[in-house]
Amino acid sequence: MNAIVGHGASVHIEACAKTFADGTLALAPATLDIARGETLVLLGPSGCGKTTMLRIIAGLEQPDAGGRVLFDGVDITAVPIEQRNVGMVFQSYALFPNMSVAENIGYGLKIRGVARAERAARVAELVALTNITGLEDRRIDQLSGGQRQRVALARAVAIRPGILLLDEPLTALDAALRDRLRGELNRLLRSLGITTIYVTHDQAEAMELGDRIVVMRKGAIVQIGTPREIYFKPQSRFVAEFVGAANIVEAPVADGRLMLPGGVLPLAEGDTHPAAVAMIRPETIAIVAAEGAALTGTIDSISFIGDRQRVIVGGASDKPLTIDAPNTVAVTIGDRVGLSVAPDAIRLLPEHD
Amino acid sequence: MRDRLIFTAQLLFTLLVAAFLVVPVVLSISAGVTVNYFRGISSGVTLQWVFQVFDLYADTILLSFLIAFATLAVTLLVGVPAAYALHVRGGLLSRIVEEIITLPLAIPGLAIALALLISYGGFGGFRRSWLFILVGHVVFTMPFMVRSVMAVFSTIDIKTLDEGAASLGAPPWRRFLDIIVPNAMPGILAGALMVVTLSLGEFNLTWMLHTPLTKTLPVGLADSYASMRLEVASAYTLIFFIMIVPLLVAMQFFADRGQKA
Amino acid sequence: MSHRSFIWICLLPLVAVTAAFFLLPMARLVLLGAQGPHGLAGYLAILFEPRYRATLINTMVLASVTTAATLAIATVSGIFLQRHRFPGRAVLVAMLTFPLAFPGVVIGFLIILLAGRQGLIGGISSHLIGEKLVFAYSIQGLFLGYLYFSIPRVILTIMAAAQKLDPGLEEAARSLGAGPWAVQRDVVLPALGPAFVASGAIAFATAMGAFGTAFTLATNIDVLPMLIYTEFTLAANFSTAAALSVGLGLISWAMLALARSLSGGTVAATG
Repeated sequence: MNAIVGHGASVHIEACAKTFADGTLALAPATLDIARGETLVLLGPSGCGKTTMLRIIAGLEQPDAGGRVLFDGVDITAVPIEQRNVGMVFQSYALFPNMSVAENIGYGLKIRGVARAERAARVAELVALTNITGLEDRRIDQLSGGQRQRVALARAVAIRPGILLLDEPLTALDAALRDRLRGELNRLLRSLGITTIYVTHDQAEAMELGDRIVVMRKGAIVQIGTPREIYFKPQSRFVAEFVGAANIVEAPVADGRLMLPGGVLPLAEGDTHPAAVAMIRPETIAIVAAEGAALTGTIDSISFIGDRQRVIVGGASDKPLTIDAPNTVAVTIGDRVGLSVAPDAIRLLPEHD
Repeated sequence: MRDRLIFTAQLLFTLLVAAFLVVPVVLSISAGVTVNYFRGISSGVTLQWVFQVFDLYADTILLSFLIAFATLAVTLLVGVPAAYALHVRGGLLSRIVEEIITLPLAIPGLAIALALLISYGGFGGFRRSWLFILVGHVVFTMPFMVRSVMAVFSTIDIKTLDEGAASLGAPPWRRFLDIIVPNAMPGILAGALMVVTLSLGEFNLTWMLHTPLTKTLPVGLADSYASMRLEVASAYTLIFFIMIVPLLVAMQFFADRGQKA
Repeated sequence: MSHRSFIWICLLPLVAVTAAFFLLPMARLVLLGAQGPHGLAGYLAILFEPRYRATLINTMVLASVTTAATLAIATVSGIFLQRHRFPGRAVLVAMLTFPLAFPGVVIGFLIILLAGRQGLIGGISSHLIGEKLVFAYSIQGLFLGYLYFSIPRVILTIMAAAQKLDPGLEEAARSLGAGPWAVQRDVVLPALGPAFVASGAIAFATAMGAFGTAFTLATNIDVLPMLIYTEFTLAANFSTAAALSVGLGLISWAMLALARSLSGGTVAATG
């Protein structure tokens, strides 16, 4: 068994495109670098090409001619998946029903010819690490969804892969379990320090787990950045709306101010365009007294969520504005209120994307 | 009241249908162990006809088992990997291959037998050996094995399991043995039972393909029906039932379990 | 070895076996059918030669009657067994389905025991009406044999289809005021349509091509498989036998293909 990469490799993807047999372009030529030890999240709606990209890195799909995949600088484009030393967690987990939990976790080591005793020790180590002690001899169909997820992760990590690939590993679980496992997964990935590529359509997962996020849409990369960059500085309307909640405001600009139906909002950036498309996150809008406010509106609806309340204000902008207000602010439907937004919380977007 | 009447009428009808199917079997079994069928069971019970059948036809029983297990071996070795390839590969070519191997189910055995005779009848050694019958049985039973295994593949996500094993470093042949075959076991078993049952009872092809020295059990049966006294023919049929009923019961058992799972 | 080549290696033996022992022989059969004294017209003989045409019509009538009778019987019993739970039901189901894999020869023999010279029916009838009814060796006997052959298969298909029927449909019909017969006519039978088509096609194709039963009952029953057999073995008329069996194969195949495209499932004839 000749492992091509050691523990924690860097990945370089160069001009990788994928056209399926029926002629659809699943992935436009993409180039991407993933540093050793980094956790990179591929984020996007279904059909955006993120899974195709992951499968090209895994070796389950061949890129179209001209595309190359390099691990630690070595071109492995033609190397089949079984020789790439990657650990992969599948969306359906792909646990082998004909093997017990322990046999599943140890299978990759068995293939590598690791002696029985050493294998057992490594399996025990992973069982402890992923909190599934006591389940070693269970059959797969006796496990809950969360337990299956842990077994799949343990199995992928057992072989000390150079790169860990996770394809929507939490999607099959219910919401509460997903939140808990996301935290666990985050701690585990940080402690392993392994190069990880994580595919998801869930922006909360992407925010929490990613060192960097690659947002994809219709087979193309639309933005790469840290979670904070993606959230606060989206470069397109699509990213702004896909990651978190966003108010998109279209309005004329005069004297460095957005001219809205309910008043004005000063802009930080010196913008000379006569009109702008701007993004304002709901939590950056403050509700203030109507008297003396530069921008005013009327409260249309209030949803009390617990830790905060979501207030919809009409009349201020071209469309109703969504505001996340602290749960202590006393408001009533029909109130006339003033709104204030810090100039640097207003992000101008290109008008077309 | 009316519901009660309908129920009773339907039950009686169904009992009648069951009688139509079961009574001849009971007649055949009793005839096989009766001293003189014409005089009825009062003439006494005997195994003499069964022993006479063994004297006359033991070789046909052995040959039928030989051919059935050889057919099973070939369909396993050829059919199981092919089912995997057809499932994983997919696409038009796989559909065409699947269609072609399923054709022997739709074409009468007589036509297939004629086709084999005119193509290979000239190869004397082959024509005279039991392998000639084996070929016919393999062609006829192969679709049952392939489709039975493919049916299992369509219920489990075999492609992802295969990819899972590949991601852990297993080469293709290893994946096939470690993952594909064990998970296809229910289909392989069901297919195997079907193949053995069909091969043991196959007559339409075999009658055309056999020679006086390569008679199988069903050929022997037809022979005894035409030329032996009713008791001997019945005893011979009894032996056939004893061979085939356990297979049918096992098949039913698997079908029930498959439905519940 | 790459995955791609491994898949080809898996497929190769099947392709080789099928090509050598099925496709090639069938191709030769088709060619042989056109090599008689009339050439390609040999294939038309099945339609235009009065003797062959009579046999073809005979066979098709027999197959149609068998199919209709089997469907009627199996529908009544199949729906009944799927509907009701009563003691002994499992035994009844087993009795109705276990003859599934009996070969045609054995069924022929069972029909002889039922309606042959020493048969049960003859015995009973001579007691009752003083006349011994013997019809095993005729087309009626063959009909009985095909019925025996087809009932288990069709009952299984109809029971499976009836099991998948949504009971809510029937309840909805009854809530709208439909009586028991109207429910059967308007809801249950239409829902079983695909099962009827699929299992009916199997019964038909089987009755067209079954050889063993006819062979056991008598060699002079006028049906297509017996005609092919006698043309080949007794008259040594190879090209006619080939043409007739290609025609028979086409009819069976077309029936099953039609049924499959109508019902969407997979169907197969055996026997």
